[in-house]
Amino acid sequence: MSRNTKLLGAAAMLIVLAAAVFSAMRFFMAPPDDLDLARSKASAAGLYRVTIAPELEPIEQGPLQAFLVTVTTPDGKPVDDAKLSVDGGMPQHGHGLPTRPQASGPLGEGRYRIEGLRFHMSGWWVLKIGIEGPAGRDEADFNLVL
Amino acid sequence: MAVRLPTIAVAALALAPLLAACNPDTLTEAERKQVASLSLAALAPLPPDPTNRVADDPAAAALGEALFFDTAMSPSGTVACGTCHQADRQFQDGLPLGKGVGATDRRTMPIAGAAYSPFQFWDGRADSLWAQALWPMEEAREHGGTRAFYVHVVAQKYRDAYEAVFGPLPDIAGLPPAAGPKGTAAERAAWEALDGGRQDGVNRAYANIGKAIAAYERTLLPAETRFDRFAAALAAGREPEGDARFSDLETEGLTLFLGSANCVTCHNGPRFTDDHFHNTGVPQAAGLPEDHGRAQAVPLLLSDPFNCQGPYSDAPGRCDELRFMIREGEELERAFKTPSLRGAAGRAPYMHSGQIATLEDVVAHYSAAPAAPSGHSEVNPITLTDRGRAALVAFLKTLE
Ligand code: HEC
Ligand code: HEC
Repeated sequence: MSRNTKLLGAAAMLIVLAAAVFSAMRFFMAPPDDLDLARSKASAAGLYRVTIAPELEPIEQGPLQAFLVTVTTPDGKPVDDAKLSVDGGMPQHGHGLPTRPQASGPLGEGRYRIEGLRFHMSGWWVLKIGIEGPAGRDEADFNLVL
Repeated sequence: MAVRLPTIAVAALALAPLLAACNPDTLTEAERKQVASLSLAALAPLPPDPTNRVADDPAAAALGEALFFDTAMSPSGTVACGTCHQADRQFQDGLPLGKGVGATDRRTMPIAGAAYSPFQFWDGRADSLWAQALWPMEEAREHGGTRAFYVHVVAQKYRDAYEAVFGPLPDIAGLPPAAGPKGTAAERAAWEALDGGRQDGVNRAYANIGKAIAAYERTLLPAETRFDRFAAALAAGREPEGDARFSDLETEGLTLFLGSANCVTCHNGPRFTDDHFHNTGVPQAAGLPEDHGRAQAVPLLLSDPFNCQGPYSDAPGRCDELRFMIREGEELERAFKTPSLRGAAGRAPYMHSGQIATLEDVVAHYSAAPAAPSGHSEVNPITLTDRGRAALVAFLKTLE
């Protein structure tokens, strides 16, 4: 191999590498692709089963919106005497929720309504539902991708 | 070879952005979706303002337009809303700090599309356009008047137009020429001397003046730009033609804006704003009182009798924005409303007190991401080549 061909080869490799780095940077804020996007799951310590349902689908970026949350025991009996709290944020941006959403009291059949949610950016959001119920305190974290 | 490699590496790096290609065919599917979400075609219809029952009444808007440009709406006879919000300059004035009777502490904001925003001002201390309008009229350095003064002006010059929209003006017989809770000591004393019923009548008329002006402002909407024509072609699967064609530099700027420069995380949606408040590490303007942004605005908004829940609102039960807004916390310190970037290229200087002179300097600010004077900046430093900086600026100019 001549010295020139070697140089050319090295240059080509570098260009490919640089292009790869550049395109990786373009997706620098993409959410991890193995996120658990389940809308229904056991709470962290397994005390409850929690299901979330946005009132409007697909979830819109911008306007205030409400979610319906259903809390049951692990074997499916509605939990109607819990107090819910809401927290969350965007892990990749290091900020919390842009609003102070509030959970209603029990609506029957284990249902509660969370009002005042806003997702002002696209990307990966985490919604943490705290449950203070007869079985104790627990939390269920949901991932949402907008 | 050892000597040459770095040269080649540099050459390769310089070429990389070019390889990432610069015509719309090479935008990824995700980028195309983002472009569509930013285009004017994606702008939702103007949301109603139930707190202002004349928000969409053309007669109210006509009255509001007249009031907006009338310098009789200041005791000095020299200041109107239009003094600072100039119709031929995107409804702003091109100054670092707005100037009325005196100089203010903030930069005049443009108005097109403001009606979409749940909170008005750099710090969001008003929760409707009509409540917003009532601030500058009673601010000593802006219009410099009192609410009793404005009721007199309307009674003299606009009685018929006002009464056709709102019904009878309050009785002005014996109403002092200048009286209001925010005025000088004498003006405050004159206000205190009025009984509750008269104060309420003046407040109601004053709020109505704001509601007429708001009806006019709701007609001011963002205009189509080159970017929107580019986006329309992209959405239709057509090759952009004429001025809708982006140069390589502009396409590169777009890609950076959506990608590694992360601008779109805050400047998103068809108005290029998330309508939220962020601390972006903009320096405190020299010679002005410390500005705490959103942190100082929240108590003002909550105690404003003209807010959504107050007695002059036409829908005090529909105040979700106020109900669910964040009221305290570190993130409010020196947080300011994300401004729309539509038309920004023609509106130097930049930021809430005109701290940054040019778009090039704005990009340099984001690249350096200085620590905030107080609170925490949400901006992370980004590495940009000279070409990358020029590309971002070129892209921002397509929004004019
Ligand atoms: C002295 C110049 C001046 C005058 C007069 C003035 N403004 Fe402003 N305007 C400003 C400045 C400065 C700001 C930003 C102030 C702040 O954030 O505290 C502003 C902000 C606004 C905003 C907020 C826009 C947004 O996106 O949040 C609106 C709407 C507005 N003005 C309308 C009006 C109306 C209506 C009047 C007349 C009643 C008026 N202004 C009179 C300088 C002025
Ligand atoms: C964390 C949210 C955020 C990010 C990310 C962000 N901006 Fe901003 N931008 C803002 C806020 C908030 C302001 C107003 C700040 C102030 O006045 O203190 C602003 C102001 C501006 C202005 C001035 C507009 C005017 O009218 O004064 C320009 C131009 C701008 N940004 C462009 C960009 C570009 C380009 C990027 C990407 C490199 C970017 N922004 C990233 C939130 C953001």
